[in-house]
Amino acid sequence: MTQPDTATPHATPGAPAAAAGTRAGSPPDVIHNIGYRSYEGPRLGRAYARKSLFAQSLRGAYGLGRSAKSKVLPMILLGVMCLPALIIVAVTVFADRSDLPVQYTRYAVILQAVITLFVASQAPQSVSRDLRFKTTPLYFSRPIERVDYVAAKYAALASALFLLTALPLLILYIGALLAKLSFGHQTAGFAKGLVSVLLLSLLFAGIGLVISAVTPRRGFGVAAVIALFVITYAAVSSVQGVAAAQERYDVIGWIGLFSPITLIDGFQTWFLGAHSAFPHASGPPNAAAGIAYLLVLLGIVAGTFALLMRRYEKVGMA
Amino acid sequence: MSATTTGPGRTAQPQPPSTGPAIYHPTVARLTYGALLGRRRALLLFALPLLLLVIVAAVRLLAGADDSTTDDLLQGFALSAMVPLVGVIAGTGAIGPEIDDGAIVYLLAKPIRRRTIILTKLLVAIGVTVAFSAVPTLIAGYVLNANGQNLAVAYAIAAAVACIAYAAIFLLLGVVTRHAVVVGLVYALVWEGVVGNVVPGARTLSVQQWSLAVAQKIAHGDLVDSAVSLNVGVVALVLVTVAATWFAARKLSTLKLAVDE
Repeated sequence: MTQPDTATPHATPGAPAAAAGTRAGSPPDVIHNIGYRSYEGPRLGRAYARKSLFAQSLRGAYGLGRSAKSKVLPMILLGVMCLPALIIVAVTVFADRSDLPVQYTRYAVILQAVITLFVASQAPQSVSRDLRFKTTPLYFSRPIERVDYVAAKYAALASALFLLTALPLLILYIGALLAKLSFGHQTAGFAKGLVSVLLLSLLFAGIGLVISAVTPRRGFGVAAVIALFVITYAAVSSVQGVAAAQERYDVIGWIGLFSPITLIDGFQTWFLGAHSAFPHASGPPNAAAGIAYLLVLLGIVAGTFALLMRRYEKVGMA
Repeated sequence: MSATTTGPGRTAQPQPPSTGPAIYHPTVARLTYGALLGRRRALLLFALPLLLLVIVAAVRLLAGADDSTTDDLLQGFALSAMVPLVGVIAGTGAIGPEIDDGAIVYLLAKPIRRRTIILTKLLVAIGVTVAFSAVPTLIAGYVLNANGQNLAVAYAIAAAVACIAYAAIFLLLGVVTRHAVVVGLVYALVWEGVVGNVVPGARTLSVQQWSLAVAQKIAHGDLVDSAVSLNVGVVALVLVTVAATWFAARKLSTLKLAVDE
């Protein structure tokens, strides 16, 4: 290591130094070799930086590597998410049931409030503070590109959500096997549940990140994310209630397209054979609607990624 | 102040009385309106009622005029989702950002009573909440079934009453905690929405149920149903509003500014 603090030959900009250099009779200016050496070790490169950003963001979503106060909320939410699964397993074992009382695919739908709170609290902490404290330009001074930053943040939040939603399913699955329920049936249900929560994680992470990347204020991001999820769900379910009262069951299936959690519900009803949580259990009414669910789902995931890419085009200006 | 250095003769001068009106301070009100309606917050404030009206129009086309549909929508969407959200945005937004960025000290340094500041901000928050949630509720009710069974008026008044309580509660939260928005949303949506549906006892501790009691009284027929009686509802609403306002004024008097993140 060199010691840059002693005798740095940087000429201080200013009249006295400049005058001293040009004064007649004084020795000419020289640059002393004080032992600076260039780095010749291995360069870890772009992939390593991207991986580090991913790992740091993923840990950050659960408050690891942050203050104790930041760990409280995500850990509580993880606990709240897993607790019903443990209760369900206990009930299944002691009541000697032949199947779990809750489908794997239904679990996330029931606990959507917890998932929403997790996205709303962790998506802004992942991106808003980088904007607020203007640290994003520092990231881009490393050998990562815009796409790396966006992909790392997106993947990190989606992974954090997947952990949150898949862990209770794993508890259910292990509990079901311990209770000696049918292996094939449970494995199939567990696999479908995993597909469902994977898509849910991607969808929620994308929506949460796009909203929070707009604002450097954390509180506003939190509010906006919660508002979006809750308002769309309240709107969709109240209109579905009306449609059910009018016995327009085909309408119920189509309206589910308009809020994130009902989008997942409709998708898994059509493609994964789940029992829909919609009123009257009426999922997508026909193949066109089923395809529409898939297209909207993929469209939102791709669209949020594209929006994030656009957002970070001019990020230093924020 | 130079009064302390000019000798003992001048110190006997009484403290100048607090200037301006005691309840509503126009300048504070103007600044609060500016903060509430001038930024991105306003987008959310406009979007929510607009969404309600769009949904209502769609439902009207789909289902025609129907009393139980009106009840479902006004209760399920307007009163239980839109009103608390607008309340959170306006209530915490009236004072939260100012405390957050420290600008509140310039207001506190002025010779205005803290109580006046809180009351003014409360009145502004109530005004904004009523304008952006009770009025759209009234319009929605008229669109849905032309005030059949007096439902539109009943829900609009319930929404207005709820607005007052929510504004007071969320204003208090804005003074007490830096995470007012999150706490407010968790209360409004998780407590009133989820817990209230599962645990019957939680319903008696819910602004929504109290205001529903008011709606139950005003609406004809027995469509509107509340978990609490009218007396309990009204007393609880008044009590919560007054207590929250008093406590907010008290907290503002002893406000400590924390400048960390």
